[in-house]
Formats: sequence, structure tokens, C-alpha cells
Amino acid sequence: MLVFVLRRILQTIPVIFGVTILVFLMIHLIPGDPAQIIAGEAASDAQVQQMRDRLGLNDHLLVQYGRFLGDIMQFDLGNSIRSGNPVSAEIGSRFWVTFELAFFSTLLSIFIGIIAGVISATKRHTFLDTSIMVIALFGLSMPNFWLGLMLIQYFALPPLQWFPVSGWGSIEHMVLPVITLGTAGAAIIARMTRSSMLEVINQDYIRTARAKGVKEQIVTYKHALRNALIPVVTVVGLQFGTLLGGTVLTETVFSINGLGRLVIDSINARDFPIVQGTVLVIALLFVLVNFLVDISYRFLNKRIELD
Amino acid sequence: MEPSSNIIEVNDLRTSFFTEEAEVKAVDGVSFSVPSGKTLGIVGESGSGKSITSLSIMRLIQEPGQIVGGEINFKSDNLLDKSESEMRRIRGNEISMIFQEPMTSLNPVFTVGDQISEAYRIHQGLSKKQALQKSLEMLELVGIPSPKDRLKRYPHELSGGMRQRVMIAIALACKPELLIADEPTTALDVTIQAQILRLINNLQDELGMSVVLITHDLGVVAETCDYVAVMYAGKIVEYADVQTLFESPKHPYTVGLLSSLPRHDIDQEELQVIKGMVPSPTNMPEGCRFAPRCPFATDLCKEQLPTLDDLEDGNQVRCWVYSDKWDGDPEVNVKDDYGTATSS
Amino acid sequence: MAETSVKTQQAETKPPSPQLENMKKVYKKLKKNKTAMVGGILILFFIIVSIIGPVLTPFDPDAQDYTNRLASPNADNWFGTDHHGRDIFTRIIHGTSITLYIGFSSVLLGSVAGTVIGIVSGYYGKKIDAILMRSMDVLLAFPGILLALAIVSILGGSLQNVIIAVAVFSIPVFARIVRGSTLAVKKLEYVDAVRALGASDFRIIFRHILPNIMSPIIVQATLRMATAILAASGLSFLGLGAQPPTPEWGAILSQGRNYMWDDPHYALFPGLAIVVVVLAFNLFGDGLRDALDPKTKG
Ligand SMILES: Nc1ncnc2c1ncn2[C@@H]1O[C@H](COP(=O)(O)OP(=O)(O)O)[C@@H](O)[C@H]1O
Ligand SMILES: [Mg+2]
Repeated sequence: MLVFVLRRILQTIPVIFGVTILVFLMIHLIPGDPAQIIAGEAASDAQVQQMRDRLGLNDHLLVQYGRFLGDIMQFDLGNSIRSGNPVSAEIGSRFWVTFELAFFSTLLSIFIGIIAGVISATKRHTFLDTSIMVIALFGLSMPNFWLGLMLIQYFALPPLQWFPVSGWGSIEHMVLPVITLGTAGAAIIARMTRSSMLEVINQDYIRTARAKGVKEQIVTYKHALRNALIPVVTVVGLQFGTLLGGTVLTETVFSINGLGRLVIDSINARDFPIVQGTVLVIALLFVLVNFLVDISYRFLNKRIELD
Repeated sequence: MEPSSNIIEVNDLRTSFFTEEAEVKAVDGVSFSVPSGKTLGIVGESGSGKSITSLSIMRLIQEPGQIVGGEINFKSDNLLDKSESEMRRIRGNEISMIFQEPMTSLNPVFTVGDQISEAYRIHQGLSKKQALQKSLEMLELVGIPSPKDRLKRYPHELSGGMRQRVMIAIALACKPELLIADEPTTALDVTIQAQILRLINNLQDELGMSVVLITHDLGVVAETCDYVAVMYAGKIVEYADVQTLFESPKHPYTVGLLSSLPRHDIDQEELQVIKGMVPSPTNMPEGCRFAPRCPFATDLCKEQLPTLDDLEDGNQVRCWVYSDKWDGDPEVNVKDDYGTATSS
Repeated sequence: MAETSVKTQQAETKPPSPQLENMKKVYKKLKKNKTAMVGGILILFFIIVSIIGPVLTPFDPDAQDYTNRLASPNADNWFGTDHHGRDIFTRIIHGTSITLYIGFSSVLLGSVAGTVIGIVSGYYGKKIDAILMRSMDVLLAFPGILLALAIVSILGGSLQNVIIAVAVFSIPVFARIVRGSTLAVKKLEYVDAVRALGASDFRIIFRHILPNIMSPIIVQATLRMATAILAASGLSFLGLGAQPPTPEWGAILSQGRNYMWDDPHYALFPGLAIVVVVLAFNLFGDGLRDALDPKTKG
């Protein structure tokens, strides 16, 4: 196990470097003068020159990258062009909103997905199973921004007005965005749980449980589900990470001030240090989540692997 | 022996799988009985329907399979008339089963202790602590070293032989009256095979239970069984007590199986193997199912299915050779002529 | 006995397998799979609509009519009109080809690039493999549409850049699958045999490996069409893809959003169009996977 963790860490390190290199290069890949871009379009020639000197943009690319890495270590991601505030502060103030949104959406998709998947598997080839799977496929095929808009249309606008149209903070605010963001995940987890359950239910140890006189319900929920959920863990982890990046659209639809909107607003305002910083933070977080998922999967799976 | 002293009587059991293509008659009119306290061996090549027969007795046939006919009289009740909840009270309590694959028959996410305890908790309503105590005794009984420690282990931490002992512990936890062991040693090393078989035999004496031992190994049968049923393609082709079967086998298939056994008493040039393959269940021969592989087969054999008839020696056999209708060489002796018939 | 007979059978069906036979089998399985058929027919329907639909629609997608702004669905304007009085139904029909074009070209780009990387990685192994796969890991570290978003932010928002962005975001998915399949095929004995006969790497890859790994690529490409269309419409919705007045569905939707309160039809229909086309590819992709997967029967 320890060997596995170490090997996995060794694998992750180059990926982290790769991510930082890509993000570092972003600014250089944009057509145009990086100094101009970072100083903002409105900046005067003198300001641009000053920016170039301050950032050392005339240095060798490697030197610049080294400096970039050093800055990251100190949580220095530069300053926003628009507000002039440190990027890390801008991200910090919005991070928890996005985290909450992604977290509760993941929770919802796990809850709905597993229940739906188990029901589907136990009632396989019945009308109920087919219905659940068709709904799941719809959930997977819906653009979440459109789902969000429709939820607003029917539940936030008159006549119902059950929930606020936008914003974040109270439980009422959370309901629609969490459904919006969680639906696709629920669909994926339901499909995964179903196929995993169907595989497990044919295993020899399920037959052993039945031969022991165990009730069918207990066979399903104790003996089968515990095993079936192990591969689902990977999906859940991936889901959470994907949601972190995918909140962009949901946050836009519900005007939630999270990282996603920060990215979009910054792209539109050509505030590149923010774009760069946010993309970097989300990617690194995703790498971390994947790392943890892999470790826990390995831990859970250890018992299952034959010898 | 009187019929009432049989622990179980299976009559004309039929179990089929309804696949998209066809009805697969995996068990096709099987009848046998097991006298109380005795061991019945069921032998036959793989695919002959042994496992499906035992799962039918447990009423554990899964979709698309279905028991389509017959009766299974266990202690004078027909198991096929029982409700699912009545069956649950019998499974693991009065009738238990051990499976062929010890490596995959234990649930990987529960400890050994939990898995044995479950039987006590279901059938005897014991508390968790009591059940664990009983499980510990059971592990001792099946001869697992340092049982206290093993109780907390997960299956992947045990060897195949140890796992099969755990399976036996689970099966025997509630002291069943009938144990069905489906090839309990096939997946194990030879030395461990003998240990496990001895263990089952000893526990049988100790607990006074009856055993159905399924195997494709006639050597195992000779050592452990009182009676033998030979199965071929979903049907029983010969039934006899062990001594009779080994001394005067009647069915060509039985003789074929016996001659493929390695023997110490005579010098064998090479092991005889029955040529050909078990017919696919979707494409059964019209007449005797063994006819395509049988060295004695005549037109009659290829056209009509023989019945299972009693012979004077005490065997029951499903073969035209022993009937009045036999149209082949009237002097034929299946046992003695088998070798020459196959080599010609 | 059983074993020997199985072996002889294997020897008789010589790889590479007769492709035509295979395709017939797959087609038969597909035909039995109802959901796959529904998906296939829907895809066909959308393709036909994208070709002949624009000719048949009674309106000009760009014709503005301020006397008929934001009309609700009616006999003339089936899906109503937008804030310029343009017929939404007509615009959606005209947008079909754009959607399919974005999906198809990005998946084509992504699958070709991913397949090349995957084959090189799987076939040559060692250092090249390590470098390429770590690079793919890096791309995969940008979750969801974040990578596409980052690319569009660099290149600027346009239809063409969306295609590139979505293609790049598909590359690692294809590369991983293809690498896995390549490794599996490479292990087969006959590849060694062919190599021993002096076949060049190029020939081995094109004649022997590529045909054998087509199934997973096709399945993934179909499913990826769905993802690509979703991602592209999302970028357009954010104003980073197709720009108005292009009748791209995501772009129509993003404008419809401003009129939700009084005119729900405006945002409803382009979204429905996206749902149905994505559903079609998902259905068909699922069906293809089942049909091409040797494990699933019938
Ligand atoms: N799930 C199933 N679907 C279709 N046929 C089956 C299924 N399970 C078993 N069978 C059929 O039943 C026959 C007998 O199987 P089995 O009892 O396992 O044989 P044995 O235990 O003697 O090796 C097999 O040849 C197979 O054709
Ligand atoms: Mg068997």
C-alpha cells in the first residue's frame, strides 16, 4: 500500500509540473504582447514597459517559469488587471462558494444515483428499470445551462416562485443550482451503479449468501451493494472534480459569484492573470482529488483483488 | 432399505434455462434418493447438470433458469411447494451447500467471522457476541489454526484451502441434516483435497448428517461415498451402491469413466479417455444421449431414448444393452469389451 | 478433449477477422437493440434536416420582422419568433448543420490526434509512452470544459476556435483508449509473426493494429459527439463560441435567456434541440458499444 502511494505520488509530480507549464505558457500563447495583455489594453506604452520590466518578460522563458513556480509556492498569482487586487485574494473569496456548490451537487448525485441504480438493477428489465435508465440518459444529454434556465423558468419565476432566481447563501438559493449541476452526475452514477450491481449479483459470494438463507433484500443491500459501490467511488471522485470545473455554466445561469463566473468575467474583460490563476487552482485541485480517489479505490479494492 | 429412511428423494426433477435461442434442459428428469446418514456421490463430466441439480434442491436457480417439473421430497415435504420464506429457513439451516470455488465464494468485504456469524444470527437469532463465539467454535471444528485471529480476517488474507474450510464452517454452522458439496475440492491442491474430504467425512459422522457429494472424480467417490449416481447430459445413466458400481459397472459411460481412472493394480499403456464431447444442451441427440460417443451404439440407440431400469445386480441403468429390445450383439459385455470396442 | 477442439477452432478463424462478416454481425445486433435504432434513426433525421431542411423552411433565418417580435408558438411560427421577429423554428433548422459540423469536425480532429498519440504510445512503449501519457494526464487535469475554456480564452471566441478547443479536450480520451487497445492487440501472437516476416512498423500499424482497434474508437467517437456538442453549445452560451446572428443553438439559447420571464419559448426550443441531438448520439453510442463488445450477447 505504501509503495502504491509513493508510486502514485511519483506519477503525480510530473503532472503537476505539466499543469504549471501549460498555465504558465497560456499568457505567452495569446497572440500579442504579454506585457500589454497583463497591463491591460488601456495601459499606456510607459505602463506596458514598466510591466515588462517588473515581470522580467525579457528574461529567458525558463527563468520566467522558475519565477512563476516560486511565486506559486508563495501563493502569489499576480494581480488582477481590473481590480488590482492579488489574484489569490480574488480566488480565495470565491472559492468556498464554488466548493459548496460542487460538494452539494456531488452529494445529491451520489444519493439519487445510487438509489436509482440499485432499484434499476434489482428490477432489471422491468418498466421501472427502463424508465430510470431513459431518465438517466436524458439527464446525461441535457446541457446543464438549459436545465438551469428551465428550472428558473418553472420554479423561480411566477407563478410558482418557490426559489430565488439567482444568488447564493441560503438553502433556498442552493436548491436549483445544486439540482442543475448534480443531474448529469446522478445519471452517470446511476448507470454505473446499475451495471456494477448487475455484475456483482452474479458473483459466487452472492450465491453463498443466498444459500445461507439470507433475505433477498439483505443480499442486495448488504452483500451486493457494498461490493458494487467500490468501482462507483472512482466515478464519484471524478464527478466532484469535473463539477469543480463545470460550475462555470451553472454559476453563470444563476449569477453565483463563484470561481466559474470569475473565469468567465475575466475572460470577457481580458483579465488574464485571474484566468490563469483560477485555471491553475482548479486543475491542481482536480489532480489532488484524483490522487485521493485513486488511493481510496486501491484501499477498498485490495480486499477484492484475488491474491 | 425402506423409503421412509431417506432424507431426501428427488423425483423426475426438470430444470431448464430459457435462453433467447432455445430451452436448455440442463436437468432433464433426474431421480435419486439419499438414505439418512449416508453419502451419495453424483459424478459426470462438466456440463452434465450436477450443479444445476444441487442448486435446484436449494431452490437457488436464477433467471433465466426455472424448475419446470418434478418433486424434491425432503423429510416428507416437497421443497417445490414451499414459499420463499419457508425455503430461507431451510437454507443454511437444514440443508447447506458448499461450492466449487472457494476463492470467489466468500464475500470479499466482510470478515470471516461476520460471514459465519450471519448463519447463526439468521437461523438461531443469536446476538452478535454469541454468534461470534459460536463461529469461533466452528472454526476450531473445521481445523483452522489460530481461529481467534482468523475470525477478524478478510477472505483475501486466507489461502484456498483455508477459505474452503471457512465455507464448510458456514455450511455446517447450524448443523444441517443434509449437506450438498458441489465439487468442494476441484479447485484445490491435491494434498489439500484429501484433507478437505476427510474433514467432511469426519464431520458427517460427528453431526450425523447426510451428504450429496458432487464430483467428476471417481477416485473421490470410491473413497467417500455409499451410493453413486452417474449423470450424463442432464440425465442419470446409472445408479448403484459404490461397491456394485465399481465391481460391475453396466453403462458404457460409467465403464468409460472407470477406465479413464489411473489404476495401480494393472499395467496401463495409457489412460483411456472417452472420445468426443458432451452434446450441447441445445442440440441433444434424439436417442440415447451417449450414443454418439458410445462404442456399442446401434440404430436403436440412435433413435430411441432408453429408460432407467433396475438390474439384478442392484444397479439401475439407462442403456439398451440390458433390455429385451437390444438389437446389437447379444453376447456383448460392456465392461469387458469396452477396451477392444473403443480401439477398433 | 474439449480444449483441443477449441484450439483447432481458433486456428481456423485466422486473424485479421473477416471485416464484412463482423460488420454484418454488429449490424444484426444493432438492429435488435431498440434504443440504438432510435438513436440511429434520430441521427439520420438530423443529418437529413441539416441538408434539406434549410431549403424547405418558409422563412429566412435572418429576416427581421419587428411587427412580429417574440411571438408565441403559432401556426406560422411553430416555435415562435425571437426579439428580432425571426422565426425560431427556421433558425433551429438552419443551426442543425452548424451543430453537426462542430461536433463532427471536433471529434474528427480529436480522434485522429488521439489515435496517433495512442498508437505511438502503445506500440513503441518505453520513454515515448511515458512522455505521451504523462502529457495526456496533464490535459486531463483540466476538468470538464475548463480546458476548452482556457483554449478559447487564449485563441479568442469563434466557431473555429471552439472546434479546436473541443477537439483538444477530446484528445486524451481517445489516446488512452487507443493505447490500451493497441497494447492488447500488440500482445497477440500473430503480430509477432507478421513482424518476424519483416513487415514494417508502418505496415503493422495500418494493416494489423488499426483495423483491430476501430471498434472502441468508433464507439468513443459516437459518444464523444454528444459531449462535444454539449461543450460547444456551452461555450456559445457563454458568448465564447459562435456569435450572433449565427443561428447556433447555444447562441440562440443565450439570447433567449434574456426574455425568459415573458417568452419562455425562446429558450425552450433551442435547448430541446440540443437535448434531442445529444440524446441521439448517446443512444446510438451505447447501442454500438453493446453491439461491438464481444462480452454482451444477443
Ligand atoms: N445460466 C445458464 N444459462 C443457460 N444454460 C445454462 C446456465 N447455467 C447452466 N446451464 C446449462 O446447464 C448445463 C449443466 O450445467 P452444470 O449443472 O453447471 O454442469 P456441471 O455442474 O455438471 O458441470 C450446462 O451444460 C449449461 O448448458
Ligand atoms: Mg458444476
